[in-house]
Amino acid sequence: MTEEIIIAGFGGQGVLSMGKILAYSGIMQDQEVSWMPSYGPEMRGGTANVTVILSDERISSPILNLFDTAIILNQQSMDKFESMVKPGGTLLYDPNGITHHPSRKDINIYRIEASKEAANLGLRKIFNMIVLGGYLKVKPVVGFDNVIRGIKKSLPERYHHLIPENEKAISRGLEIVEVVQTV
Amino acid sequence: MGKELKLMKGNEAFAEAAIRAGVDGYFGYPITPQSEVMEYLTAEKPHERTGMIVLQAESEVASINMLYGGAACGKKVMTSSSSPGISLMQEGISYMAGAELPCVLLNVVRGGPGLGTIQPSQADYFQSTKGGGHGDYHTIVLAPSSVQEMYDYVELGYELAFKYRTPVMVQSDGAIGQMMEKVQTGDQKIRLTEEEIIRNCPWATTGKTPNRERNIITSLNLDSLVQEKHNIKLQKKYREIEAVEVRFEKIQCDDAEFLFVAYGTSARICLKSIQILRAKGIKVGLFRPITLYPFPKEPLYKMVKNVKGILSVEMSAGQMIEDIKLAVECKVPVYHFGRMGGIIPSPTEVADFLEHQFIKG
Repeated sequence: MTEEIIIAGFGGQGVLSMGKILAYSGIMQDQEVSWMPSYGPEMRGGTANVTVILSDERISSPILNLFDTAIILNQQSMDKFESMVKPGGTLLYDPNGITHHPSRKDINIYRIEASKEAANLGLRKIFNMIVLGGYLKVKPVVGFDNVIRGIKKSLPERYHHLIPENEKAISRGLEIVEVVQTV
Repeated sequence: MGKELKLMKGNEAFAEAAIRAGVDGYFGYPITPQSEVMEYLTAEKPHERTGMIVLQAESEVASINMLYGGAACGKKVMTSSSSPGISLMQEGISYMAGAELPCVLLNVVRGGPGLGTIQPSQADYFQSTKGGGHGDYHTIVLAPSSVQEMYDYVELGYELAFKYRTPVMVQSDGAIGQMMEKVQTGDQKIRLTEEEIIRNCPWATTGKTPNRERNIITSLNLDSLVQEKHNIKLQKKYREIEAVEVRFEKIQCDDAEFLFVAYGTSARICLKSIQILRAKGIKVGLFRPITLYPFPKEPLYKMVKNVKGILSVEMSAGQMIEDIKLAVECKVPVYHFGRMGGIIPSPTEVADFLEHQFIKG
């Protein structure tokens, strides 16, 4: 199994930390992992993205131009990454702020109203965990237990009291993700 | 502290390895994309863990001269920087090579020339492998291509630096520095005591004792005959390093008709390109130099009879290709593919170049 993922959105949405939790979850499942962030000038301009690879084998390139899954959280990232999903691959997006919805016919498309849900719950900061839940529903590449262990490893101990809240957000994400099209 | 499995950035892994290797002092100056080295070191408070000193110097020039002083006393010293900062250090590196002082340097290469960009590059190959500063000298150059190797080459770097009394350069790039992967750490080593340093480094300026001559650490010899004798000694050392310390990795080379030669991030990209090309029935392998100096000339030469051509992939205008051509004595076609200015080529781009321009072109 090798899963090559791009997560892209605005800085502050928790894109990088979501990737980190996914990478830690992979380690908990004895997988090889890599996490390659954008750190250049675009990071200062508001958009952030990270490439995460989970694999049972030695990971080749940490930098990719084609992905099994794209998790897209703003319009700029949709414009940039929709075309980089492999045919038959998966695109998961939050429609909040999206004006041009994905139009490809050769990929699986899912949507998740994560920012709306986070606002409803009054918990903006767990937005990214709702998205993560949606992803895990669509692509169960790591087990739920290992994700929780991954969060524990990824968060400093002083934040461990927030783990139940994160767990709840992931569960909520599992419930609310919707199918747009499957191929 | 026992062994641990961690998820770390390359820069952080390098810093953690420094603490665990029992390094005495780190002297640096911040620059993207390697600032996490000193950030991690200051956050970890190695002074409390091992007594290691971490100091932000007033400039790169100051930090390399602090290394000179520390190394002259037989201490394990280290600095890290990125391309423009390493350029500033070249005078000091030349002095350390001349005075035969051990140290480990990290260059997390970014796009140049000048201040360039902050994105990954490999355009410092010439600088690292051909000397960099003035005079006839080399530094041993190790090129990690994973976060684990960023960790491992600290220990290896000190082993070589003290064995040959020479600066060792770890040449990484922005991608390896910034990305996170799994790291298996080693056990914590205890820093050497003064007595152990006196025993291990009889050349160091540890204070004169009655039963020996004064130890003088200098790179200055006004008498040319003495200087030439010193040069001959240095060259003998470099020949020994070239004979003994070559390191490389071969991947899927057994049946390969074409060969990628690449190190660091480029080597990782080539692995993906190999998957793409082999799926189309094109037999490609990767030869990855781990020591850029000494360059693995003979092992590469031995592969020439089995391959139709070599493609050097490097994030530069083509620097390592010169060493490849010398190594294979131009017995097979050797071409270069690379991007510059901080652009990382995609695996598809590299595969397409080999398939359409190199093989068919």
